[in-house]
Amino acid sequence: MRTSGKVLVAGVVVLLASLASGCGERSQVVVYKSGKYQGKTDTKPWENEPGAAPYTTSKWTGGDQTSWETALRTRNQSQNEYSRTE
Amino acid sequence: MARMKFLCDAERCIECNGCVTACKQENEVPWGVNRRRVVTINDGVPGEKSISVACMHCSDAPCMAVCPTDCFYRTDQGVVLHDKDLCIGCGYCFYACPFGAPQYPQEGVFGMRGKMDKCTFCAGGPEKDLSKEEFTKYGSNRLAQGKLPACAEMCSTKALLGGDADVVADIFRTRVLKRGKGSEVWGWGTAYGKPDNPQAQPPQKTGAKS
Repeated sequence: MRTSGKVLVAGVVVLLASLASGCGERSQVVVYKSGKYQGKTDTKPWENEPGAAPYTTSKWTGGDQTSWETALRTRNQSQNEYSRTE
Repeated sequence: MARMKFLCDAERCIECNGCVTACKQENEVPWGVNRRRVVTINDGVPGEKSISVACMHCSDAPCMAVCPTDCFYRTDQGVVLHDKDLCIGCGYCFYACPFGAPQYPQEGVFGMRGKMDKCTFCAGGPEKDLSKEEFTKYGSNRLAQGKLPACAEMCSTKALLGGDADVVADIFRTRVLKRGKGSEVWGWGTAYGKPDNPQAQPPQKTGAKS
């Protein structure tokens, strides 16, 4: 009787764990691992120098992800008329 | 940074197809391939709504799941890209995609289906950044230039927003809270002027039939 109770509890635990695992999230970052993704590796956009292309007003430090993200967020605000006009 | 996302405001989209044109011009997309298009619901009926649609760069992308050659990958910014050197043009991703994003150029005498082409969020592909090879295969890499997708930046009414999901959501939230409706809508006063006497009432109709 006690054994069947333990089995029942273990079953419920496994069931709940398997259900909760559906709420998890896989890593969003690409993993260039053999068998996982066979294509070419891609360079990061912030590894480029800001002066690599003409006509851009964004400024960041080459290789610095944070400064590149800040530059992009700043540029993003140009789509917000409320911050442009008020 | 969160994930790069598009958001189209159906209240603002005027179906001008400026985003489609900007995408075509920026990436030199071949004839017959539309990475972005404008869809209108209830076309011609008063109250119709338009929305600009392209690859939504899904967090759990069905195209990635079904690709038999596993040619898709996701960047640190959540942009879904693919390697055309691996793509075999089978078309599975087209059936899997709920937005109809994957496009196939017709190649050869018999119009064979070429390698899949889709919106890259103006992030190029796995070739060397800003190289000729990258542009030829995948189009412009604006993210590597510190820019955002051409379609969103060129949108005349700013219906189409593109960029960091957190920033885009903030812009949209501010807009919804402030724009109001009718004559409260943003830009109304600039375009049509403000009333001289806001308390004025329209004249009463005389001789109207009851």
